[in-house]
Amino acid sequence: MPAEPPLDVPTSLVEAYELLASGPRVPIAGGTDLMVRITGEIGATPQRLMDISRLEDLEGISLETGALVLGARTTYSEIRRSVLCLVHLPAMVEAAATIGAVQIQNRGTIGGNLGNASPAGDMLPVLLASDAEIVVGGSRGERTVPADAFFPAYRQTALAPDELILRIRIPLPQGRQLRFRKVGTRRAQAISKVVMCVAWRSHGAASGWSDVRVAVGSMAPTPVRATATEAALEGQRPTPEVADRASDVLADELHPIDDVRSTAVYRRTVAARILHRILRDAGGW
Amino acid sequence: MTTRAMPRPAAQPVRSAPDALVLEVGSTTAGRAAGYPLRREGPAKLTGAARYTDDLVFPGAWYGATIRSTEPRARLLRIELDPDADWSGVVVVTAADIPGENLISAIKEDQPVLVPIGGEIRHHAEPVALLAAADRETIRHLRSRIRLVTEPLTPVFDPEASDHVFAAYDISKGDLDAGFSAADVILEGEYRVGHQEQLYIENNAMIAVPAEDGGMTVHGSLQCPYYVHRAMKKALGLTGDQARVIQAETGGGFGGKEEYPSIIALHAALLARKAGRPVRMIYDRHEDLAATTKRHPAIVRHRTGITADGTLVAQDIEVIMDGGAYCTLTPVVLSRGALHAAGPYRCPNVRIRARATRTNTPPNGAFRGFGAPQTEFAMETQVNRLADRLGMSPAEIRRRNAYELNDLTPTGQVLRESVAAQEVLRLAVEASDFERVRQATAASASARSGSGILPPGRRRSGAASAASGIGMALAWHGAGFTGSGEVHLGSVASVEVTGDGRVRVLIGSTEMGQGTSTIFPMMVSGQLGLSADAVEMAPVDTALVPDSGPTVASRTAMVVGGLCIEAARRLRAEVEARNGGRPFAEVYRADAAAHGPTRIDQRFEPYPGISFDDEAYRGDAYPVFGWAACVAAVDVDLDTAEVSVRDVVAVDDVGRVVHPILCEGQVEGGTLQAIGYATIEEIKLDNGRYLNDRLATYLIPTATDAPNMRTILVEAPFSGAPHGAKGVGELPMDVAAPAVIAAIHDAVGVWVTELPATPERILAAMDAGVGAGDTSGTDAAVTSGDARRGAP
Repeated sequence: MPAEPPLDVPTSLVEAYELLASGPRVPIAGGTDLMVRITGEIGATPQRLMDISRLEDLEGISLETGALVLGARTTYSEIRRSVLCLVHLPAMVEAAATIGAVQIQNRGTIGGNLGNASPAGDMLPVLLASDAEIVVGGSRGERTVPADAFFPAYRQTALAPDELILRIRIPLPQGRQLRFRKVGTRRAQAISKVVMCVAWRSHGAASGWSDVRVAVGSMAPTPVRATATEAALEGQRPTPEVADRASDVLADELHPIDDVRSTAVYRRTVAARILHRILRDAGGW
Repeated sequence: MTTRAMPRPAAQPVRSAPDALVLEVGSTTAGRAAGYPLRREGPAKLTGAARYTDDLVFPGAWYGATIRSTEPRARLLRIELDPDADWSGVVVVTAADIPGENLISAIKEDQPVLVPIGGEIRHHAEPVALLAAADRETIRHLRSRIRLVTEPLTPVFDPEASDHVFAAYDISKGDLDAGFSAADVILEGEYRVGHQEQLYIENNAMIAVPAEDGGMTVHGSLQCPYYVHRAMKKALGLTGDQARVIQAETGGGFGGKEEYPSIIALHAALLARKAGRPVRMIYDRHEDLAATTKRHPAIVRHRTGITADGTLVAQDIEVIMDGGAYCTLTPVVLSRGALHAAGPYRCPNVRIRARATRTNTPPNGAFRGFGAPQTEFAMETQVNRLADRLGMSPAEIRRRNAYELNDLTPTGQVLRESVAAQEVLRLAVEASDFERVRQATAASASARSGSGILPPGRRRSGAASAASGIGMALAWHGAGFTGSGEVHLGSVASVEVTGDGRVRVLIGSTEMGQGTSTIFPMMVSGQLGLSADAVEMAPVDTALVPDSGPTVASRTAMVVGGLCIEAARRLRAEVEARNGGRPFAEVYRADAAAHGPTRIDQRFEPYPGISFDDEAYRGDAYPVFGWAACVAAVDVDLDTAEVSVRDVVAVDDVGRVVHPILCEGQVEGGTLQAIGYATIEEIKLDNGRYLNDRLATYLIPTATDAPNMRTILVEAPFSGAPHGAKGVGELPMDVAAPAVIAAIHDAVGVWVTELPATPERILAAMDAGVGAGDTSGTDAAVTSGDARRGAP
């Protein structure tokens, strides 16, 4: 068994697509998740890697007709430094700042976070709550997968074996707010016990919220949207009664587990309390 | 007794990153080091030139690996090598290859080097066979082709259910029944602490190099070269000259490289012996976490009687420690735990019953504090709960009971000198403005309760999202070895003028980042009238340096330092006498040229007037004690119960400060390690296996979790050491955890009685105790004087 899997280094998307079509390859960008799997101690060693660092099509952050578009190879550090992200999606900047250490943020990418499909991926609830669309491509062409359909099962993605994550497109509707909160064991460099992103559109103080999204990580085998909680909040304003009810619904809706990092009871309780706090802060009471 | 508060900047430093250290080319850090030498090994570490074990190159060396059990308890029937695999280019070692005794040299020799066929596997990470090959790929390929055929046996995981007792002690004084009948309040409590990993930056590592004469040299990361030396003689059947141990640069130990390196050295040596070439045994972090020793988990039960005016009258204490699968140092860890269990308090009637038992988990061993952090956490939390019950300040209850000169400890030891308990307490209270802050946190707690539109509930907390609290603890730490330990050791330290006119210190004490190689030249040069730079440290090589005892028990500066100072004084007297009384500094080079080398070996002499009865557990358990007080201020997030330790005042009496910056570093590091112990460091077990066996799951505080720390060093010197030092390494580890737990209680009104106080435990206690007072749920036979404070 070789110490390091063989590596292909395509210089164009066409070449990358051809390589993917010719046999299974795991794309590697920053390598922050993949490198720790090389020893084979944690899961299987990837059999063959494809270095995507030369694919310029996967780079960059831009604004395109009402949407923010991030190349799959955008690093967390680039998100943290991006004025576009800060102006249009500050919750994403906040999430990027909680991931790993500076060294990890310099290497780790948003596409990698998606591809790794960890239920604890800190950026993923932001993508779910913001209705992100994942644009994937292969020799058969490009297609778009909504973020909430991207994780069919534990550590699995909607990618076909011959497909590559190209970019993430996040619509920027008028009046949308996002709130992010991560709970880890320590202040930095900790995998989440609970991570949450809440989004809503408000149309003035008198009318209720619309397009409410409540997305959580580390609470289920995949990052998930809490749809019953979203329904409980849709059309409502963040009053104490609504916050109370929504928190109850969220706690009932989620079925986390005990594991090495936390307990099911803590995760449910704290998810409910974080949501309650977000609603309280939004309601200003 | 002299007390000195070290000068500190008047302004509180701002939180976040430490001061930037900017060096101009050619300059020194005089302003920062305040005239004290920089760390001697510092430049090599900073520039990457320092050579740790894995940096050492031995041409032709093979890599070694350990084949471990995967069961907590089983009979080993056979070891099968897959006949389809190619075993020609490798060596496999089993117990049958051990030339000497198949035992790790220790207190009770119960641990085999490798489990023999027919022998019992006692924990899931137990070494059973060894494998070496020229490259790592071959090892990776072949290690899965070695099959252990076993017959499962029923494991024991509960230390209270185990019938195999490694050690037990009974310490008592006075009349317990009379004490409890004089009490106005009797409080019971049960406290639990789990495993803690030392988490040195450098993993364990050893390289064995066979010699042509049948001898063996090991180079490795270690604290105690002569422990390894003894282990090699025993298991490899070598003479003292044939076995040679050389310490490589060592990246931290904290007790974790006290006894375990003996095992790795033997494994590397057995492979090297069979392969006929050097073998490198370098643990990766996962193996190091999964297999090497941890702090002993413990259960401590207290029943305490106190009068209404806050005077302790009776203490009944039970300590149970989990030794893991083999004895290792458990009897002495338990002993120190038991001897510190009643805390630094005067009490006429005390009973301490302590036992340590065997379980089918990896063996526990030495870790900074060595049993005392476990029992002092329990005692200090008990004292804080007593103060809470009496409605008395935690500072006041301690003032009324803390030891003073000539008080009597539970073993009947008279505290004849150097008792700074009241001093460190006073300084900590003043520096933290304890009473004022405590009033403020109490006021905001009562303002919090009942506020907000919705009252707190399980799904929500109140209007405030965080609560602040302040807490304190007081601790003592016996200096040096327990009981007659130093007398039995009979350590030797040497100072010499070499034939070519260099002054050199020869000790078996090791530098592992704590400052040995910096402070010994200081201590010796002061006696000789030289600059510290003029004094060399001999490499730690058993072929060169004497057995100065292990580098443990905070004994290096105190005991070995004392020996070196005496040796230097004798050296100076001898050289000056030969040279008409002219100063040593002027004549030693010429003296060496004229008379050749002069070497003074100084052997430990018992401290005058100190004696301990190891059988009856009576007398002077330690020659002297160090004293520490800690005040911690925390913020607790009321939604998530996350704890942020914001500010700490640490006051430590170390006898005499040798190097203020290194000493302060020890206090800060020990305090942060204790904060990790108190809040986040946790090992969960499944069928006797550690689940948190990687750095992704075993978390320690990082720089961003570190509080503002104000360190105050106090000097109450020990007359038995020529320089008065009492040691500093372990003392701060004893005291910060209970201070943090008290601060959490002050913030949110719940006592967490099991470490670590994770948000999961705090939240469970808060939810259980909304509207109640003391919710430890383990206690509470309150006879009177109940003065509960309502929880927010």
